[in-house]
Amino acid sequence: MHTSDWLQLALFVGLLALITKPLGIYLTKVLDANGKTLLDPVVGPLERLTYAVMGVDRTREQNWKQYTVAMLLFSLAGCALTYAILRLQHLLPFNPQGLGPLNHHLAFNTAISFTTNTNWQSYGGEGTMSYFSQMVGLTLHNFTSAATGIAIAAALVRGITRHSAGVLGNFWVDLVRSTYYLLLPLSLVLAIFLVSQGMIQNFKPYDTATLLEPQKVQVEKKNDAGETVLGADGKPVMEEQVITDQVIAQGPMASQVAIKMLGTNGGGFVNANAAHPYENPTPLSNFLQMLSIFAIGSGLTYYLGRMTKNQAHGWSVWGAMMVLFLAGVITCWWAESRGNPIHQGLGVVLGDGNMEGKEVRFGIFNSSLFATVTTAASCGAVNAMHDSFTAIGGLVPLFMMELGEVVIGGVGAGLYGMLVFVVLAVFIAGLMVGRTPEYLGKKIQAYDVKMAMLSLLVLCLSILGFTAWASVSDWGLAGLNNSGPHGFSEMLYAYSSTTANNGSAFGGLTANPANGDPHYNVTLGFAMLIGRFLMIIPIMALAGSLVQKKIAPPSVGTFPVAGVTFTILLIGTVLLVGALNFLPALALGPIVEHFLMLKGQLF
Amino acid sequence: MKSFLLDVRGAVVSTLVFVVVLCGFYPVVVWAVAQGVFRDKANGSLIKDADGTLRGSSLLGQNFTGEAWFQPRPSAAGANGYDAASSSGSNLGPTSQKLADAVKDRIASYRETNGLKADEPVPADAVTASGSGLDPHISPRNAALQTARVARARNLSEDQVRSLVQSCTEGPDLGVLGDAGVNVLRLNRALEQLPSTMK
Repeated sequence: MHTSDWLQLALFVGLLALITKPLGIYLTKVLDANGKTLLDPVVGPLERLTYAVMGVDRTREQNWKQYTVAMLLFSLAGCALTYAILRLQHLLPFNPQGLGPLNHHLAFNTAISFTTNTNWQSYGGEGTMSYFSQMVGLTLHNFTSAATGIAIAAALVRGITRHSAGVLGNFWVDLVRSTYYLLLPLSLVLAIFLVSQGMIQNFKPYDTATLLEPQKVQVEKKNDAGETVLGADGKPVMEEQVITDQVIAQGPMASQVAIKMLGTNGGGFVNANAAHPYENPTPLSNFLQMLSIFAIGSGLTYYLGRMTKNQAHGWSVWGAMMVLFLAGVITCWWAESRGNPIHQGLGVVLGDGNMEGKEVRFGIFNSSLFATVTTAASCGAVNAMHDSFTAIGGLVPLFMMELGEVVIGGVGAGLYGMLVFVVLAVFIAGLMVGRTPEYLGKKIQAYDVKMAMLSLLVLCLSILGFTAWASVSDWGLAGLNNSGPHGFSEMLYAYSSTTANNGSAFGGLTANPANGDPHYNVTLGFAMLIGRFLMIIPIMALAGSLVQKKIAPPSVGTFPVAGVTFTILLIGTVLLVGALNFLPALALGPIVEHFLMLKGQLF
Repeated sequence: MKSFLLDVRGAVVSTLVFVVVLCGFYPVVVWAVAQGVFRDKANGSLIKDADGTLRGSSLLGQNFTGEAWFQPRPSAAGANGYDAASSSGSNLGPTSQKLADAVKDRIASYRETNGLKADEPVPADAVTASGSGLDPHISPRNAALQTARVARARNLSEDQVRSLVQSCTEGPDLGVLGDAGVNVLRLNRALEQLPSTMK
């Protein structure tokens, strides 16, 4: 834990704080159907044209049910399109490697994964996806699932700020404006910057380089039918082969990666995601990618303050997020710097930390920071392999997801998730002092708390239920890359990541076994659907309930939703719910593994 | 019902409009600017010989095993490592027997190859696989421990090799971001191009 690392952490949090206000102010204009922005002359005509062909009346607002139905129909349309593209990949253009179609359960999993802003990579990137599938099937959702999240957050904030009303805005207008005015221009700038750092953006076939030093390797001997030849001892016969070439994957990467970060999507263009030197060439590109993961989610907290005319409330929510985030970063960084005592016992330099699965250019600190950023926000891009982190280093990203992706969180999803906790915090404070709880002048009643709790319990049920099922099933154990408690962690991580719509993985787990068993792809697909839509629907119901309420003027008994007391209460609520739900499961995975690692136990 | 049908139309039409704008117009604009302004980088920072033969990318590692070369980190990309069309880490966890065995073997072989004492600690990056399996870098300490061997195998002075290592050391960015690393492919190419008398 070097001084230069502390400096980078300070730089990261400082810059994030600096961009929060301008982005928040811009968001208030984007999320106002009549808002004026600098981009109006360029984007305005495109916006109006889009409404015209869609047949949308931008002045007609929707109640919570209409808003939700529009969102669901839109998600369904995009999901169906992506499923079709993946299944028909071999017939579509921009496929220089001649990659075949995805099987039905992998296509199902991937289409849902991108529709729900999860982007869990069941597929392998450069070995599976054509340029067309990446550019159309996947990039489309990188934009639209993010815009959908922002729209839902905006609707909930309107539910909080409007009173004695029925409508929450127009989904189509929020969707189109977030995409055109916010995501598209930011992505254009970021994509070009990333290319300047070495990220690729081309449509050529994969290149073949001639190695400087040809490599002799031992490979399993195959007969003419392509089957492995077995020796008398039943083991495969090995033969020597000389490798002279390196095939280098190419493609239109930068345009996809820019929105992958800004939209907290996280689905990699290539299998190794942001650890791949093309997908994250330099520490500077790494820094900007981390900042863009947090940027919009952070700006939305300022938007909350602005809309509720209580800027201190917005900053208090941001403060609670930052406290949880910094606690996560420092824990993960500490664990990774301490390294693995088992490997140190074998002769690895003590001060080097745990470098398995990490890139030299990022080192211990930037790998730990990225891991915490990507799981605190529901991004899921990775610049190091979380599966190879130490037990405690891996527990941090896992727990960040299980907190419900509310530490900045996904774009939009983080804010609406955190507002659920705000409602709960206010409710708990009300119970403690024996008054009817109020949030910004609105009474929080039984129906509201039921909806808030429903959205949280659904997460818990999906994560723990599916993990339990997988861990007692043959198909569940067959997909593991590690044994012992770490194998359990792989399953817990997979269902936590998909339910929380994060998308990072303990990547050793394979959902595509050689025997074609579809259980993982299908159950993970359902976990993503549950985590996205069964959370959004109760939240929209909550918005629909709040928007009808009157606002009572504050009195001496009103619990203030700004300041240190509120921030502490909010942090406590988030931690308490997360810990009560998940500590027992974590004890069986990373926690017990930590102690076994200290003892030197191997599996 | 009428509003439902209108929403169905909105869903289908908006998806198609977005395909044109976000999946056609946007990537093509990025492509045009990238190819115009950063042509070399947009095409993969490729390294070519004078006769045009492609030798690799300055961003991607290659495997080297001979004693006259600086050796990169272990790699889990593809069946034989450093497969740039199949990036991957090992995904082995901290209590993995397989990983501990591999680390043990790599430490022994690293010590033997580079003439280290039997109890001398070995840099972590030298015995662990990277996240991508294509890490172009090794740590400066790892490079320093290999310098004497490479110099001997190539009949060069250690100072000559050391100054090449220096010139192929990249980072930290802006003096503060990330960690310093020695680019192995660039370094080995520089060695190859030296007028040396290899044994």
